[in-house]
Amino acid sequence: MKIILLLIAISMLVALGFLVAFFWAVRSGQYEDEYTPSVRILFDDKNEKS
Amino acid sequence: MTVPYKIPNEPVVQCSHCGEACEEPTLIGTEQSFCCQGCKLVYELLQENGLRNYYNIEQTPGLSLKALKAEQYAYLDDPEVKRQFVDYTDGKVGRVRFLLPQIHCASCIWLLEHLYQLDRGIQQSRVNFLKKEVHLSYSESDTSLSKIAGLLHKIGYPPAINLADLNSETPPTLSKSLYYKLGVTGFVFGNIMFMSFPEYLGLHRGEDAFYFHLFGYLNLLFGLPLVFYSGWDYLRSAYLGLRQGNLNIDLPISIGILSLFGRSAFEILSQTGAGYMDSLGGLIFFLLVGKWFQQKTYHSISFERDYQSYFPIAANRLEDNEEQATSLNKLQAGDQIIVRNQELIPADGILQSEKAYIDYSFVTGESAPVKVEKGALLYAGGRQTGAAIQIQLTKKVIQSYLVQLWNEHSFEQKTSKLAASQLANAVGKYFTIAILLISAATLLYWLPIDTAKAINAFSAVLIIACPCAVALSIPFTYGNVLRVLGRSQSYLKNTEVIEQVQRVTHIVFDKTGTLTERQEQLVFEGQLSTEEKDAVYSLACQSTHPRSQQICEYLKGAVKLEVTDFEEIPGEGIGGTIGGQRIYIGKGAAGTEILVDGLEKGYFGSKPQLRKGMKNTLHWLRQQFDISLLSGDHNRRPAFFSALFGGVEQLHFNHSPKEKLQYIEKLQQEGAVVMMVGDGLNDAGALQQANVGLVVTEEQNNFSPACDGVLSTASFQQFPNLINYIRQSRWVIYISYAFALCYNIIGLSYAVQGLLSPVIAAILMPLSSLSIVLLGISGSWWLARRLKLNTNQVVMNEIQ
Repeated sequence: MKIILLLIAISMLVALGFLVAFFWAVRSGQYEDEYTPSVRILFDDKNEKS
Repeated sequence: MTVPYKIPNEPVVQCSHCGEACEEPTLIGTEQSFCCQGCKLVYELLQENGLRNYYNIEQTPGLSLKALKAEQYAYLDDPEVKRQFVDYTDGKVGRVRFLLPQIHCASCIWLLEHLYQLDRGIQQSRVNFLKKEVHLSYSESDTSLSKIAGLLHKIGYPPAINLADLNSETPPTLSKSLYYKLGVTGFVFGNIMFMSFPEYLGLHRGEDAFYFHLFGYLNLLFGLPLVFYSGWDYLRSAYLGLRQGNLNIDLPISIGILSLFGRSAFEILSQTGAGYMDSLGGLIFFLLVGKWFQQKTYHSISFERDYQSYFPIAANRLEDNEEQATSLNKLQAGDQIIVRNQELIPADGILQSEKAYIDYSFVTGESAPVKVEKGALLYAGGRQTGAAIQIQLTKKVIQSYLVQLWNEHSFEQKTSKLAASQLANAVGKYFTIAILLISAATLLYWLPIDTAKAINAFSAVLIIACPCAVALSIPFTYGNVLRVLGRSQSYLKNTEVIEQVQRVTHIVFDKTGTLTERQEQLVFEGQLSTEEKDAVYSLACQSTHPRSQQICEYLKGAVKLEVTDFEEIPGEGIGGTIGGQRIYIGKGAAGTEILVDGLEKGYFGSKPQLRKGMKNTLHWLRQQFDISLLSGDHNRRPAFFSALFGGVEQLHFNHSPKEKLQYIEKLQQEGAVVMMVGDGLNDAGALQQANVGLVVTEEQNNFSPACDGVLSTASFQQFPNLINYIRQSRWVIYISYAFALCYNIIGLSYAVQGLLSPVIAAILMPLSSLSIVLLGISGSWWLARRLKLNTNQVVMNEIQ
């Protein structure tokens, strides 16, 4: 049963990781513009020179 | 009109850049055609720089450059202006934001994010589509602000730069702290549920004491950020309310939070129970989600504009007979400035040119331009129509009449209007009193019998009675009402406005631009033969004067003929010879006269045109509210308006902006709750003073004065429907409250007997919260459908 302690510690670490990722997402402004990235991702990046 | 003027089905050549019809034969080619020289230039520029993808993402994505005026951006390089305009610079790399109202499609995003191919000094550009902004970082040594602005202008995205950009200290950013709080609370709540689960499933305090207590202590640890970070705002607000002698809705919530936490901490530390941390986590999580849901933001609409948003950033100052673009903040009394056609006069001054036609509709609402002679005083906010004029300033911008008006008391923030939900607070007050009475009664009943049970039942009452349902009902219901309204193109500032609208007793309308179309309708009095119509049409289209353009539009469909001997007499009229006839269009006694070979054939006059559906709207409103008309205009058609408003005493013409404001004030002193519906700067004072100020606008991206809500003209047509919807939405709240009451009675019946267990609390509390949320959202949708509110007007604006 003592293995539960380890499991709790690991799950806590994973959860904290997600929390930090969420903080990073907010900080980097991902929630300020929820529309433009959805358009941007569809652009082809190849440069066609005439 | 016997002969059809146009051959039907004539193929219209579309401009390759903007998609408008091409009329200029020299610009029509086999592969590409253009409507104007500007479009052609942009097209070629993009081709040369490997940006032809612009035309592949969307069909003809450009906007016509026909109406684009030349603009100088040199003033942006002025060190003082630049310092205030850029977001950041270290001398080498600068970062700056431009508002580009023309952004409208995916191609725009693509082009604007490839700006570096047009100007090597631009390192990176990012578009925020919803805010219609482009964020640029550029190298200071390779390019300059004026070059970038000029480039944007050239490719058809003239940046909107106004005085407010300079004077605002920090760019408005969305509150991130709520997101952080939501994240932390979600994290904590999830983990608490994790730790509480064994207990739900029957973890035994005796056999598995070690784990039982471990989970308890962990829960307690997680509970700390819940109370001291996530829930802190509620505690603080309740405390501040108490200090001012107010029992607001946050007080019973705080009592709930504190008793949940206190009781749980006691149980865990004394090792007597599992505590109620799961309920506490759920409660605060739901409250925060409600807060987030309520904050519907419309990125491209600002509700907090003042005169600075209307004023340009620079004016053309004469220095040694040379025009120099100068920042408005630097203009001094005594400066000579040049104001061109359609430009705004930035500060009070004396006219130096012979005459000017100033359109003061911005300031006074009077739609006809005023003729001003040399030496007369001109007020800031007027718009010159016609040739460029020279003005000697008598005041600085900040001391001008209009600005002074703005700085008066009523333009200060209305704090009373921004108070939190009044209904919730009123309910919260009685709720608190009732709960305190019940808990006291419980305590007194049990004390003589069993002290431990008395404390237990007492805290249980405080826990279960926590008015989360009351606190959640308004954010979710009215938050959704805001969304529904947004879909029918009416944008309210926040949920408090909804409650204010429900209390309105008196609706005041502005005339020009609100009840009537902004553009007055042209009417022709007289007789013209077909040939004469063609001739007048051909002549009128030669001139760029607004009236000529109107006539040209009015006679659309006539045949364009060759005009010879064209002459334009500024301020008087135009003449020309067409097919042997001498045609003259010019100012006459009654309107714009048409003379053919010296004979008067008739005149063009204008009449205000009521917006569609206004007659029915006003008729309906008259039965529900007091209504009145408030206009800066002269009363040109008294009988017409008094019939609409049901009496002359409802009509108030010739009101200056300040008098409008005073009128609203007077109504309020008589006890009315006033809604002002207006459109322009001249209503700004009245809009601020009124309990609810709504602005009607043709295009949402247009600047509108500070207000509580913006209605598109389309949504204004269903104004009665909107009002009805907002008023009836309160029933959804009442029903939610009734539900909440039922839950509370059930919960309390357990609590007063001292039978409340953590599991019952953990089921009952989220259940009541969830059902209130669902009821609020589905109720407000159902109501919209029942009232046949048109919510399908949105195509592009869905994404706002």
